Amino acid sequence: MATVDLKDVRKVYGGRIEAVKGVSIAIPDGSMCVLVGPSGCGKSTLLRMIAGLEEITEGTVSIGGEVVNKKGPAERDIAMVFQNYALYPHMKVYDNMAYGLRNRGMARDEIDRRVREAAATLGLAEFLERKPRELSGGQRQRVAMGRAIVRSPKAFLFDEPLSNLDAKLRGQMRIEIKNLQKSLGVTSVYVTHDQVEAMTLADTLVVMNQGLAEQIDTPMAIYERPASVFVAGFIGSPAMNLLAATGGEPGKGLKLAGGAVVKPRDTVLPEAGREVLLGVRPEHMTLVSDRNNADIELKVTAVETLGADTLAHGHPVAGDLRSGELIARLPGSVHVADDDVLPLAIQPGMAHIFDAASGRRI
Amino acid sequence: MSPRVVFPNKLLPYLLLAPQVAITLVFFYWPASQALYQSVLREDPFGLNSAFVGLANFRRVLSQPSYIDSVQTTAIFSVATALLAMVVALLLAVMVDKIIKGRGFYRTLMIWPYAVAPAIAGMLWLFMFNPTMGTFAYMLRSAGYSWDPLLNGPQAMTLVIAAAAWKQISYNFLFFVAGLQAIPKTLIEAAAIDGAGETKRFWTIIFPLLAPTTFFLLVINTTYAFFDTFGIIHAVTGGGPGKATETLVYKVYNDGFVNLNFGDSAAQSVILMVIVIALTAFQFRYVERKVHYG
Repeated sequence: MATVDLKDVRKVYGGRIEAVKGVSIAIPDGSMCVLVGPSGCGKSTLLRMIAGLEEITEGTVSIGGEVVNKKGPAERDIAMVFQNYALYPHMKVYDNMAYGLRNRGMARDEIDRRVREAAATLGLAEFLERKPRELSGGQRQRVAMGRAIVRSPKAFLFDEPLSNLDAKLRGQMRIEIKNLQKSLGVTSVYVTHDQVEAMTLADTLVVMNQGLAEQIDTPMAIYERPASVFVAGFIGSPAMNLLAATGGEPGKGLKLAGGAVVKPRDTVLPEAGREVLLGVRPEHMTLVSDRNNADIELKVTAVETLGADTLAHGHPVAGDLRSGELIARLPGSVHVADDDVLPLAIQPGMAHIFDAASGRRI
Repeated sequence: MSPRVVFPNKLLPYLLLAPQVAITLVFFYWPASQALYQSVLREDPFGLNSAFVGLANFRRVLSQPSYIDSVQTTAIFSVATALLAMVVALLLAVMVDKIIKGRGFYRTLMIWPYAVAPAIAGMLWLFMFNPTMGTFAYMLRSAGYSWDPLLNGPQAMTLVIAAAAWKQISYNFLFFVAGLQAIPKTLIEAAAIDGAGETKRFWTIIFPLLAPTTFFLLVINTTYAFFDTFGIIHAVTGGGPGKATETLVYKVYNDGFVNLNFGDSAAQSVILMVIVIALTAFQFRYVERKVHYG
């Protein structure tokens, strides 16, 4: 067990393509750090640099306070779980788990003890004599986990380990991974593009975009105060509504692109004339009884009935498409139809203002 | 899964199969049956009469010391050729797999020798190692090695083995490269993280996963060494010096078409057929069991 520290880590391919543009993350001992971002954001490259599978162009990776830049993957004492599991297809489950221990010259009875213990923890005891192809997706995933556990490494690295599973199993395995990581207390780095996985698993969440860490914080802090338009749009489902607006005269609120004026409560508003984006999460809009109390009137163009919730899609009445699409998450009991006009209030303090040019939070 | 395709016409599938079947029948089964038939006949020197002699041809062939010698020659030649061709091809394929820049270029060049006809390949090697005019023969002699495959049996054997293996390397290489590509890269990475060095990774992960390819090539190369090397031997040594490189298939040709002893020759080709069938059956029965198919 150890801390994992990244300092200004960069990766340049072929002298030109910059995949990771200087990322620094400090992961405390025993915690779970999740790297999340769209494909091509550099999260997998970053993980592979920690693993030692990619060379580090610049910066340092330290595991347990020791710089490991020049060490091979085996010497870093880490274990990795791959997206496609990477189980050795010609070996039995037992041998798959024992392989890494045998390579390190561990005594035979110690190997046996560890493999059986891990198998018991993961519910694989009866499958030890089987080959990977005779197992289901979830069982294979467990074997891959078992292979990591038996080594008792300094850190676990997960590279989208659940993306090959179906939705139901994914939810179940997500909980299992979280519990396992907590009980073993091993420092972990977890890469995913799924924001639900990211939110539920992370102690520290790193939102990556185009080779940079846009925001590093706890999941809740990121949800509540996204640092940029990108983070705001990426974390949360459905995504945060973003409306083009300009700052109005002092005390007058915000002018939406379509002409309507919005005055969110408990929110610091930008100076007059500044181009901004107003961000409101769909779940932070409340249906009010009359239009005088409304911040925005939503003209409904589509309705998704999910049971517990109803999602109303549309655009502001006073505006037009220029001010952007809007989604409001309303209680399932509310009946909404197309072409309805809904008076909506933004919950106090739940509006986010971003600079239109830089995309940063104001 | 795509739905099953059904031929609209009952005749069409047979028509589509017909060319293959016809060629196999005319050029394989018919000659094979002729060989079987001839092997129990004895023909007079002028080819005018033939008489049924039962298994007499087989008895005589099997009691000839020269035939037993030829079996031995074939065993040495086949094992050496198949082994050399496969080991070198595997080595090259593993090397090429590591190249990043210009991999396609190397791969293409490696495959070229396969396009060379056996007789031409034989001539090539003959020229290169000809004691009087060959470049390599000259180099060997300058290095103080007395090189003369025209008089020295083992040297002639080495030469035909090298020539025969050289031609087959391309083919094996192609299959090994494809086999290596089919091994997921993450497996190798997982093994690296699991603390296996390069050599260990090769023997514990790559080689076992290549087993289906290796087994297939073993069968193909054995058959190649037994039958398809006739052209090379014919061009390079003509079975000589003495009978040092006279393999079974070459002896069939020599006894039958040169010495016109059709009965003996046919009996030999039947024996050869039996040997190869037995060998292939053995490979499938005992070697294939150790093969893991992904």
